[in-house]
Amino acid sequence: MSVPSLRFKDVGLHLGGDWRLRGLSTVLPAGGITAVMGPNGSGKSLFLRLAMGVLSPDEGAVLWGAQRAADSRGARGFVFQRTPILRRSVFSNVAYPLQISGATKAEIRARVDHWLARANLTHKAQDPAARLSGGEAQRMALARALVRDPQVLLLDEPSASLDPRSTAALEHLIQEVAADGVKICLSSHDIGQAKRLSTDIVFLHEGQVAEQAEAQRFFASPQTEAACTYLEGRL
Amino acid sequence: MTTWEAVWHLVSTGDAVLMGIISLSLYVSLTAVAIASLVGAPLGAALVLFSFPGRRMLVVLASSLMALPPVVVGLFVYLGLSRAGPLGSLGLLFTPTAMIIAQTILILPIIVALTREAVRPVYTEYAEFLRAVEARPLQRLRTVLWDARFAVITAVLAGFGRAIAEVGAVLIVGGNIAGVTRVMTTTIALETSRGNLELALALGLILIAIALSLNSLIHLAARIGARYQPSP
Repeated sequence: MSVPSLRFKDVGLHLGGDWRLRGLSTVLPAGGITAVMGPNGSGKSLFLRLAMGVLSPDEGAVLWGAQRAADSRGARGFVFQRTPILRRSVFSNVAYPLQISGATKAEIRARVDHWLARANLTHKAQDPAARLSGGEAQRMALARALVRDPQVLLLDEPSASLDPRSTAALEHLIQEVAADGVKICLSSHDIGQAKRLSTDIVFLHEGQVAEQAEAQRFFASPQTEAACTYLEGRL
Repeated sequence: MTTWEAVWHLVSTGDAVLMGIISLSLYVSLTAVAIASLVGAPLGAALVLFSFPGRRMLVVLASSLMALPPVVVGLFVYLGLSRAGPLGSLGLLFTPTAMIIAQTILILPIIVALTREAVRPVYTEYAEFLRAVEARPLQRLRTVLWDARFAVITAVLAGFGRAIAEVGAVLIVGGNIAGVTRVMTTTIALETSRGNLELALALGLILIAIALSLNSLIHLAARIGARYQPSP
């Protein structure tokens, strides 16, 4: 599976009377797991929403290969920090992206069964999704994001409100998916999680890319003062 | 035979006149509800999902017309359908169709406004997700209507409750003609004024039974809906 690279070209985003991102430029590696890190308000969630194409920049461009992010959303999956749970069964939640793409019933059944099994949710398939625990709901959201076989998966603090066991189960699934060749880009406040999962880091500070490096190098010797203070827990 | 014995006799034997009146009432009100729901539920959802010229005006109109006095609706439909009116040539005045038109106009704002209220929180929660999965406008509309289905059912039942209990409009445009346009509420009004309490009471009891059943259905819809409602 060939994954186009993500490019932010001098991106600016104006929200609520403020420039939340300004002059942001970066290129993400085509494979592996990229962790987007930074203190609260640094623009991590906005970065992911721009990458997904659910937000459009006011300046510059966000491109996947040669296409604008907003024009090619179908090739990507997105998991939100607070997963919107459709008021349906778990099966119907996961099936939804396929149903609106016009997949046949047999295709839907096969794909959903596959992803429910991988997310360890087969036994919950017919339950109302609202009855899932936080960890199960995030695994369901992951299955729903992956059911259309996206090339790229974007995760906005996917384990922010989960207990360690649920976090471990989610991370295991993320690593499996990455091993299948899906490019993953996740935002996280959890330095331990970023160390466990990521191959490279984009560190945001005050709406700009302050530092970008391979994960090992970033954690061993951060190059900017902002990254140093962040990793020491003082930012 | 006492009054209550006579009432029981009418109900238990399935008196033909009584059944005819009940059937016509249900036919008129259910048809009006079906039409108002088919138009009103998608319109209520569209008012939340889409921006179009006149949207704000429609929102204000739907909310304001929820409390529309039935006799005023009856009067306007009467004027429209009377021989001198713009639709007089259709010959619909004093027919069940005229009653359906009046009831549809009465309950349409209720279904539009209540559906809008039901859909709004669902769409607030789903909007970004629906953009992310590239749902098309019609798919988005269907999704939010389906996921707000239990609240929309409540809106439809509220509309039916209003229609079946309504008397002013159907009296004006239906004329209360025996065997043709006489429904439960207009019969109760007429028979009470005549002092014929047996039929009025029998129909009153049936109306109360319908109201209780509707309320039970609304509670049931709310209870089932709560199972699918994500915790805050």
